[in-house]
Amino acid sequence: MSEAASSVETESSSDAPLRIVLAKIGFDGHDRGLRVVARILRDAGCEVIYLGLRQTNEDIVSVAEQEDADCIGLSMHNAGHMTLAPKMVEALRAAELDIPVVVGGIIPESDIEPLKKAGVAAILGPGASAEEVGRTVRDVVNARA
Amino acid sequence: MTEAYENWKQAYEAAKLRDVDFETMSGVPVEPVYGDAPYPGQYPYTRGVHASMYRSRLWTMRMFAGFGTAEDTNMRFKEILRNGGGGLSTAFDMPTLMGRDSDHEWSEGEVGRAGVAVDTLADMRDLFADIDLDSVSTSMTINGPANVAMAMYIANAENNGFAKAGLAGTIQGDILKEYQAQKEYIFPPRPSMRLVSDLVRYTTAEMPRWNPISVSGYHIREAGSTAAQELAYTLGNGFAYVEAAVAAGLDVDDFAPRLSFFFNSHSDFFEEIGKLRAARRIWARWLKQRYGAKDERSMLCRFHTQTAGVSLTAQQPEINIARVAIQALAGVLGGTQSLHTDSFDEALALPTEDAARIALRTQQIVAHETGVTNVADPLGGSPYVEWMTDEMERQAEEIFAHLLDIGDDSILEGTYAGIDNGYFVGEIAESAYRFERAVNSGRRIVVGVNEFTDGDDKENRELLRIDSEVEDYQRKRLATVKAERNDEAVRASLATLVAAAEDPTENTMPPMIEAVRTMATEGEIVSALEGVFGTYIEPAVM
Amino acid sequence: MRQSNKIKHRNSDIGELFERATSGERRAVGRLLSIVEGGGAPADQVARLGHPLVGRAHVIGITGPPGAGKSTLVGKLVSEAEKAGKRPAVLAVDPSSPLTGGAILGDRVRIDANNVNTFIRSVATRGHSGGLALSVPGSVRVFDASGFDPVIVETVGVGQVEVDVTATADTTVVVANPGTGDAVQANKAGLLEVADIFVVNKSDHSGANDVRRDLEIMLDLSHATGAEDVAGGRAPIVMTNSLDGDGIAELWTTITEHYEHLVESDRLVGRRSHRLKTEVRSRLLTGLEGMADHLLAQRFEALRRASDESTAPSELSEQLLVELFAGPNVDD
Repeated sequence: MSEAASSVETESSSDAPLRIVLAKIGFDGHDRGLRVVARILRDAGCEVIYLGLRQTNEDIVSVAEQEDADCIGLSMHNAGHMTLAPKMVEALRAAELDIPVVVGGIIPESDIEPLKKAGVAAILGPGASAEEVGRTVRDVVNARA
Repeated sequence: MTEAYENWKQAYEAAKLRDVDFETMSGVPVEPVYGDAPYPGQYPYTRGVHASMYRSRLWTMRMFAGFGTAEDTNMRFKEILRNGGGGLSTAFDMPTLMGRDSDHEWSEGEVGRAGVAVDTLADMRDLFADIDLDSVSTSMTINGPANVAMAMYIANAENNGFAKAGLAGTIQGDILKEYQAQKEYIFPPRPSMRLVSDLVRYTTAEMPRWNPISVSGYHIREAGSTAAQELAYTLGNGFAYVEAAVAAGLDVDDFAPRLSFFFNSHSDFFEEIGKLRAARRIWARWLKQRYGAKDERSMLCRFHTQTAGVSLTAQQPEINIARVAIQALAGVLGGTQSLHTDSFDEALALPTEDAARIALRTQQIVAHETGVTNVADPLGGSPYVEWMTDEMERQAEEIFAHLLDIGDDSILEGTYAGIDNGYFVGEIAESAYRFERAVNSGRRIVVGVNEFTDGDDKENRELLRIDSEVEDYQRKRLATVKAERNDEAVRASLATLVAAAEDPTENTMPPMIEAVRTMATEGEIVSALEGVFGTYIEPAVM
Repeated sequence: MRQSNKIKHRNSDIGELFERATSGERRAVGRLLSIVEGGGAPADQVARLGHPLVGRAHVIGITGPPGAGKSTLVGKLVSEAEKAGKRPAVLAVDPSSPLTGGAILGDRVRIDANNVNTFIRSVATRGHSGGLALSVPGSVRVFDASGFDPVIVETVGVGQVEVDVTATADTTVVVANPGTGDAVQANKAGLLEVADIFVVNKSDHSGANDVRRDLEIMLDLSHATGAEDVAGGRAPIVMTNSLDGDGIAELWTTITEHYEHLVESDRLVGRRSHRLKTEVRSRLLTGLEGMADHLLAQRFEALRRASDESTAPSELSEQLLVELFAGPNVDD
């Protein structure tokens, strides 16, 4: 109940929809999940800036600046998450951008804690529901406010 | 007895049969086929491509191999051959599939992970060392840089004394579905099709035992399409290749017999069977009626099937074994020529050896215990199966009509237009989203995910991890090859290749074979061609 | 999904943000654009700060039906602008979902390729078209004041507001595609009247010349094109192919020549004055709409109770109008 109440309060304090950049880094071309998440977030009222495949950290930092992004969502299906995700977080820190990074995809249970330690704000597994996606994004953005 | 039946009987009797008893487990003898004409092996081949189907030959139980270094995979290949396997199926790692070398910036963490790394001819030599390339059939799953891999395979074979005319195998080489679904593209669509045409012309002239394209719907389905979309986009791509080959001056009957297909087998049992039966019928009709094929072999839609990786759940992964069994059965009842069964742990990581063995055993149970191989097209004539087959065909024809509409009466042009304007990608993503919403709302039950979730045991599951030694090793190896080669020869061979690429009347295959002989790397060859053709960036149309 | 963290930015010193933006800091520009999109008093403050600095940028509107290849075309145009030593900005407008208010904005990928100096902002219509009519001029002002030139506004030419915001550009370009009845569509959407330049994209397509001919016929019949008052003739039609870049250099030249012509013929002043008037009108309408809604909320039920069933809607609205401008009826 208290969660519902606080979200109403949030709503009345600003009309601006969340702006979320969605991208994949590196060679991995599995974008089914990213495209589904884009639709989930759109239907949750977010503005999704969809970059799609083969973006670099520099691309994403630059886009986040221009689009004044609230959150960055990365999708990873190639087991490269342990190297790529921390590098993204590091690139944002280097640019002094305080924007949370959410990683989705096939992430083994044992990698979740190390990723969080590396500064990833949240991890969404392959079976995450629409409700879970929406709540996670809202929570990580509000945590930075 | 009708004439059709007599013809079928003649064909059946001429076929060599396996030496087993065609009877039920209880000893009841069964006929090789039931129901009405057209019979298996008869146009439009809805009921199968052969009169005797699995009574003559079971499907090929093809399992994908490729990991670590070329030497590692070579050892696995030799083991497969020792165990009586006649076909080698090669998986490449992501950098190789994307046309980049192991020392590329983005390759970090990817080298040798999901397949074998092949940077230069030296790796191809190690991969097929001590293997009799005249007697094995090799399948290479690679698309964007398919011509480079093919050039390396040919050069390596010739270096080892095998004539290219004797080489047998298949290269996937299906670039169109990369733009639609799998996304492992390099160049824009039109120059990519030029390369496809070069390879098709080259193999048609020089390599009669080689299949240059395996038209693949598998990845379209994995990206989230419906069964009918998979069917239509795949066959549509097949028509596009036919149109491109004919435009490049080939006769349809010189080329079409060496096209093969690759479909997904998903969980909706009858829909899958209907899809596979419709695929044969549509292909036969279109090749005969629209493209004027005379040779029966041009009209045969022969295909490989793989169970649906996307259907496997990370929750309670053991139950995936049951999913795979049902999907495998659908592929067989749909009349597949070869089958790959997924390992139950693939939703978590690369398959372990145990999981891969269980997957193979699953096919063997279908083949040897269920009795479904005794009768060709055992479901033919069932009102529901026949209706489903018609329905799949109807939906596919609607999509073809759309492609012809946006392509000025050309499927090839319609396919280009659909790639350019995001039609395929958008339709597939919509279907994926529709499915996801159905699962989310609970209207569609996925066992272990949104229902029956008790019993998920997450601890201590053994997962396959590739250590980073492979990557270090491969990078060092690449550095050594580069240090030992003649750089001047590499530069000259690339310049010749670029000149051929700039002239659309030239075939790029011969200069590409010369380039790989100088130890030019895959990445160097691809970069040189990007200078001519450009690099594709996906329009992010949702 | 609404959020709160931008409140922090709203309350931060807009003046300081403005200084950082005008000294070239892209992040500050991005933040100012969010403030403008959010509307209200903070947006008005940005407008006040920005207004004295504007007028330097060539504002180019590009519109056309969905799938006409506009984004790819814009990408090629900004490459031309960068080659000419310019610092372009693009406002890529896409519709929000009317049901959820959310949007998927995917245009920038096609615009972005290798144009490192170009600033691209993806904009959603956010459901209420009135918002767009206010935010687009406001965002153009931020770009202009921050030294970007040209400023390109790309919209899907389907809604009236989209057409309007594009039409207030210095140079309005309408893109049509062969094989889709685009010329007829453009006519229906009122795009023929606002175009200074027509582009027939995908010129390699077999139907490209048919579209060109259709456009010529329609223009000859209508005599109502924006270009007529500048060059004294029909709006030029440029054939392009955004995939291989054919015709892009010619289009860029045509666009810059149109602007030079505006400057030389002194018509730029008129155009800009029209743009200002359009923006003031939008603001006025928004204000009036707010007042109307407020009045309805306050007075409608009472008014209905006070009148009998035979009172026509027109009489009710007239009475409210009187109240709106004469002040509330005290004897209520």
